[in-house]
Amino acid sequence: MRLFEYTALQIKEKIISGEIRPVDLTKQFIEQIKNIDPHVQAYLSIHEDEALKKAAQIQKKIENAENVGFLAGVPIAIKDNICTKGLHTTCASKILRNFIPPYDACVVKRLKEEDAIILGKTNLDEFAMGSSTENSGYKITRNPWNPEYVPGGSSGGSAAAVAADLSIMALGSDTGGSVRQPAALCGVVGVKPTYGRVSRFGLIAFGSSLDQIGTFTRDVKDAALLLQVIAGHDFHDSTSMPVPVPDYLREIDAGVRGLRIGIPKEYFSAGLNEDVHNALKNVLRKYEQLGANVIDISLPHTEYAVAVYYIVANAEASSNLARYDGVRYGYRASKSNGIVDMYCRTRSEGFGNEVKRRIMLGNYALSSGYYDAYYLKASRVRNLIKGDFDGAFQKVDCIICPTSPVPGFKIGERAKNPLEMYLSDIYTIPANLAGIPGISLPCGFSKEGLPIGMQILGKHFEEKKLLQIAYAFERETDFHRKKPVLKFSLTQK
Amino acid sequence: MKIGKKDIEYIAHLSRIELSETEKETFVCQLSDILSYIEKLNRLNTEAVKPMSCTVNATNVLRDDILESSLSLEEAQFNAPATKGVFFKVPKVIE
Amino acid sequence: MEYEVIVGLETHAELATVTKLFCGCSTKFGSEPNTQVCPVCLGMPGVLPVMNKKAFEYALKAAIALNCKIDEFTNFDRKSYYYPDLPKNYQISQNYYNLGVDGYMDICVHDRINRVRIHNVHLEEEAGKLIHPEEAGADYSLVDFNRAGVPLLEIVSYPDMRNVDEVESYMQTLRKILLYTEVSDCKMQEGSLRFEASISLRKKGAEKLGNRVEIKNLNSMKSVLKAIEYETKRQADSLDQGETVDRETRLWDEVNEKSARMRSKEEAQDYRYFPEPDLLPVVVDGKWLDEVKVTIPELPLARKQRFIEVFKLSDYDTSLLVEEKILADFFEDCIKIVDRPKVFCNWITNDLLREVNERKLDIHHLPIRPYQLAALVEIIEKGAISSTIAREVFSEMVQTGEAPQAIIEEKKLAQISDEGLIEAVIVKVISGNPAVIEDYKKGKKNALTFLVGQVMKETKGKANPKMVNELLQRKIDA
Ligand SMILES: [Zn+2]
Repeated sequence: MRLFEYTALQIKEKIISGEIRPVDLTKQFIEQIKNIDPHVQAYLSIHEDEALKKAAQIQKKIENAENVGFLAGVPIAIKDNICTKGLHTTCASKILRNFIPPYDACVVKRLKEEDAIILGKTNLDEFAMGSSTENSGYKITRNPWNPEYVPGGSSGGSAAAVAADLSIMALGSDTGGSVRQPAALCGVVGVKPTYGRVSRFGLIAFGSSLDQIGTFTRDVKDAALLLQVIAGHDFHDSTSMPVPVPDYLREIDAGVRGLRIGIPKEYFSAGLNEDVHNALKNVLRKYEQLGANVIDISLPHTEYAVAVYYIVANAEASSNLARYDGVRYGYRASKSNGIVDMYCRTRSEGFGNEVKRRIMLGNYALSSGYYDAYYLKASRVRNLIKGDFDGAFQKVDCIICPTSPVPGFKIGERAKNPLEMYLSDIYTIPANLAGIPGISLPCGFSKEGLPIGMQILGKHFEEKKLLQIAYAFERETDFHRKKPVLKFSLTQK
Repeated sequence: MKIGKKDIEYIAHLSRIELSETEKETFVCQLSDILSYIEKLNRLNTEAVKPMSCTVNATNVLRDDILESSLSLEEAQFNAPATKGVFFKVPKVIE
Repeated sequence: MEYEVIVGLETHAELATVTKLFCGCSTKFGSEPNTQVCPVCLGMPGVLPVMNKKAFEYALKAAIALNCKIDEFTNFDRKSYYYPDLPKNYQISQNYYNLGVDGYMDICVHDRINRVRIHNVHLEEEAGKLIHPEEAGADYSLVDFNRAGVPLLEIVSYPDMRNVDEVESYMQTLRKILLYTEVSDCKMQEGSLRFEASISLRKKGAEKLGNRVEIKNLNSMKSVLKAIEYETKRQADSLDQGETVDRETRLWDEVNEKSARMRSKEEAQDYRYFPEPDLLPVVVDGKWLDEVKVTIPELPLARKQRFIEVFKLSDYDTSLLVEEKILADFFEDCIKIVDRPKVFCNWITNDLLREVNERKLDIHHLPIRPYQLAALVEIIEKGAISSTIAREVFSEMVQTGEAPQAIIEEKKLAQISDEGLIEAVIVKVISGNPAVIEDYKKGKKNALTFLVGQVMKETKGKANPKMVNELLQRKIDA
C-alpha cells in the first residue's frame, strides 16, 4: 500500500510507534500535492513551512517519548473559509485575496492542540455559495474520478484532496450540503454534524443558522476520530451547545440489528437518477440483511426545502457579507469617488456573480415590505420541515436516502442556470434547515464510473449512532476502498 | 413574482453593488426565475406556524464582564487597505 | 398662526460595563485609537458575538426603572446600514422584541408632575468614531473603532412633550435615573449620553400632526433645547408661508445654531431587520427579574417626595439633595445617626456643597463622611460650640479629615458656659458702653443685640450665646 493511502488511524499508529516519521510523511504529502494538484486544483494555498515545522515538533516529542495529541502527525487540509492565524484565508473570493486572519478558528486551534499537520487550504465556491466549486474566484477544482466532472461543492477542494490522496483528511463546511454532496461526488466519507455540535468561531459565515463545519475522511472510523477532536462546546460560539461529546470510536461496531431505518418516499421520486436509485436499493437490502428494519416514511414538506433555504441562507448571507467593504481588511477598489462609490466598486469588483446574486436575493427578501412574505414565511415553513423530521424520528432511528439526485455533472453543465444548480442540493438542504446531523458515504458507482453516495440522517446530537450505522455498511462493502485512477493529461492544467 | 429593472437597481444599491446594464438584465431574469420558484411557499397556509430562525433549543448564553486582551494597533491595522497614523483611512464621508 | 410643538426624544446611553457588549475589549474612554479592538469588534470574517451579562442586566435595570413591561422572551436583531464606523455594516440591536416596552417616566415641571410615556427600551452595540480632518480640501475621513461594540441603551419616548421646559426636565430626570441606577456614567462630554429629538408642529387645537423632523448631532442638553426652539420657528415660518415641512433628518450645527438637511440620509432607510442568528434568545424569568429589581434604588422623584413629606423639607432643598444620589444617601446616613433632618439638610445643601464647589471637588468623592458630620451636629446640639464656631470646625474637618472633637480641643474652640467667666466679660462690656445702656433703657431693644455681639467678640465667639443673652439682660435690668 502506498503511504498516501493509509487512513488517519493507521498513520497515527505508525507515527507513534516510530515506523513513520512525521517529517518524512509531511514531505511526501507536500511532494504529492506539488505533483498532482496542478491537475486536480484542490488547494488554494500550501503551508509547507508551517507543516514541516509542526511535523518536526511532533517528531521531537515522539523521540523524547513525550505525550502526543490525538491526531499526532496526521496531515489534514482545511477549507479556505476557516480562519488560520497568520495564513491566508480567502474564501476563494477576490475580496479576501490578501486577508490574513489574526486568529485561529476554534477547530483549527483544536487540530493544532491535537498535533494534526495542516497541509494547506482548499478551494471552494466563493464564500461557500455553490454546489460545484466552479464559483471559486481562483480556480476550478476537478473531480479526481473524472476531470470533466465537478467535485461537487462548495467544499469541492477538500473532497477532491482526500479522494486524490492529497491529504488524509480534510475539513469543510456544510450550509446546504456542502460537505455531504462533494463527499458523495468524490467517493469519500463526509459528516455534517448537528448544528451546535462544532464551534463556528472562525468559520467565515455564509448562512449563520445553517453553517456547520464538517469532516472529509477515507472511512467512517477516521470520521469518528476527526469529529472527536473538533466537536464540543466553545465559549466563543453562543450557538455551540454544552452537550457532552461521546467517545465516537467506542462501540462503533455496535451493528444495526433491530434498528428502524426510515425511507422517505419524497427522496425517491421523479428526478432521481437510476444508478443512484439502484445503489440505494442495494444499500437497503444490505441493511435488512444486517438485521435492520426498513420502514417507509413521509417527510411531506421536502419539496419546499430548497425555496426556504434560498431565502433563509441568502438573507443571512446578505448581511454576513456586508462587512466586506474595503475599510478594515480585504480588497478595496483602487479608484473611487467618495465612500459610497468606494463600497460599490469594491464589492462589484471583489465579488463573483453567484455571490452578488445571492446578496441581492437576500436583501430583497429582507427589504421593506417583503420581509413577511419572504423571510418570515420561509421561517415558518422551516419549522414545518423540522416538524417533519421530529415526527419521523418518533417512528425510526435514522433516515437513509441518496445524498445527491445524480452521481455528478460536468463542469459548465449547470453553471448557466442558477436555479438548476440550486436543485442539486435538494436532498441535503432539509438537514441544515432542521439542524440535524448527516453523513454521506460511498455506496456504489454509476455506469460512467462515478462514485455514488448514500446519506444517513439522525436526531440532534446523535452523530455516534450515525457513525455506527455507517460503519455497519462500510465494513461489509469495499466502495470506500476504491481509488480513482487519475486520468489527467498535462494539457488539462 | 416578477421583478423589474427598478427593483434590481434598488436592491443593488441596498447591497452596495454596481451593475452594468447587461448585468441588470441578466439579474432581472435570474432573480425573477428564482422568485417564481419560491412562490410555491404560498401554497402552504402557515398562519398557525411559529417562525423558526434557530434550531438549537437553548437560551441565555451570556458571558461575565471580564476584560480580555485586545489586538495591538499593528495587528488591528495589518489587513487594512489604507491607514493614517493610528486610524483607518476611508474616502471622505459626507453627513 | 399659533402652533403647538410636539417633541419626542431618543436617548442613547453607554452602559458602564468594563468590557464591550460582545467581546472582552475594554470600554475605557480616551485611549489611543484602535487599541481597544479585537477580531470580534472589528467585524473580521468568522467572528461571533457573545452577550455581556452585566450589560444585559444594566439594560434590564434601566427598563424596570422606567416602568417598562418586561417580556419574558427577548431576542436580538440585525439592523443593516452601511457606514464606515459600523464594522459589520449591521448593528446588533433589537427590533422585533424589545427588552422593555410601554413604560413611562414622571417629570416635574413648574411643580407639576407630568408623565412621559416610554415607547421602548432596548440594548444595542455602539458604533466607532468617525473623524473628519480639519485640513482644507481633505478627501478622506478617519475611523477609530475603540468605541465600536460598547453596550448602548436606547430609550425611545413617545412624542409627549410640548415645550422646552418639559424636554429639559425629561433629560434631567432621565439622566438622574440612569445615574441613580448606576447603569451609565452619563458623561455627555464623552458622548456616553446622547439625545436625538423628533419635532413636529400642529396648529393649536388641531388633531393632525405635521411631518416629523429628526434632529441629530445634539452634543449637550443645551443644544437639544436650542435646536427645538430653532426648529419650532423654522417649521412655523414654513407653515405660515404656506409651505410644507419635509419629513427628514437634520443635523444640528452647534456653532451657527442652525439645523441643516443631512445629505447622507436623503434616501429612505431600509434597515432590513431580521433575527440575529449568532445569538440565542434571552429569557428573563421571575427570579432573575426580582434579583435585578432589588438592586434598583429609590428613584429621584420618589425620594424627593418622601423627603418633603417625612422630613418636612422645602421643595428647593430636597431638589438639591436628590440632584446627586450620593448627597441624598449622605443625608439619609446622617439622620440615621442623629435624627435632625432640617439641620443636616442645611449643612449639606449650604456648607458641604459650598466646600465642594469652592474646592472644585468631585461630588463622588466627598471630603467628609456622614458619621463625621453627625458627630459635629451632636456637639452643636449639646451646646458645646456655637454655630459660628461649628462652621470653622467643619471647614477644618473638610481640610484635614480630623474628627470634630479633636479639632475643638486642639484649637480650644469649646464654648464657654461658665457663668462667672461670662459675667466678668459682661461687666467689662457694660462699663465700656454707657451710651448703649442708656439707649436700651430708653426702649431701644436692638441695643441688646449689639451688646451680645460685643460679648461674643470678647470671647472670640466661644461664649454660649443663650447664656450671654440671659445674663446680659438680667444685669442691665437689675
Ligand atoms: Zn473587541
